[in-house]
Amino acid sequence: MAILHTVNKSPFDKNSLERAIGCAKDGSAVLLIEDGVYGALKGASSSSMVEDAMKTVKVYALSEDVSARGVNERVMDGIELVDYAGFVKLAADHSQVQSWL
Amino acid sequence: MSEGTTKQFLYVNRKAPHGTVYALESLEVVLIGAAFEQDVRLAFLDDGVFQLMKGQDTTGIGTKNFAPTYKALGDYDVNKIYVEKESLDERGLTEDDLMPLTYEDEDDDWAEKSSIKIVSRAEMADLIDSSDVMFNF
Repeated sequence: MAILHTVNKSPFDKNSLERAIGCAKDGSAVLLIEDGVYGALKGASSSSMVEDAMKTVKVYALSEDVSARGVNERVMDGIELVDYAGFVKLAADHSQVQSWL
Repeated sequence: MSEGTTKQFLYVNRKAPHGTVYALESLEVVLIGAAFEQDVRLAFLDDGVFQLMKGQDTTGIGTKNFAPTYKALGDYDVNKIYVEKESLDERGLTEDDLMPLTYEDEDDDWAEKSSIKIVSRAEMADLIDSSDVMFNF
């Protein structure tokens, strides 16, 4: 069963997102939480890396953290927003959760 | 404080607002420092530019939403706010994504003016170079 990779650091500050994507096998999922949701921004220096990843990996972002940071309008197409209940479901639906801190 | 010793204070903000406590701490220190009537300037660069995003709503994460407090800075005569253009560009942002921050200019019949100035990385370097005291968050 596939792994859920969570990322809670800004891609502009730490390489956590880059490492998560690099280790995410086809069919696994990446969930952006806390400052990790900045990885969902369109038109940013990180965007092409995330777009490439979305060809093989499903990318989610936690809606509560997106709203807190005021970036709702800047989230790129193809990233699915989930709430806390959705986070729990993702964790339950995957074999493991790997947290990239 | 003795008279005639006004110094250039610069608060350097480089952290995103909600993942760590740096942004809130900086804002509190700025507001306390405003009482000492020094020449205060705020710089926002790197992930610090995210502190000024419009429409921040922390209801869902259950933390204090201090973003509206930035709008009060003008009332405390903190009206020199410098945002680095390169940092905005890297994040796909423009000035339109930021909260409008204004002050009333007492030397210009209390006209409402923007406190935000977008500066280049080179201008940011000059800003840092010309400051007497720096606080880093």
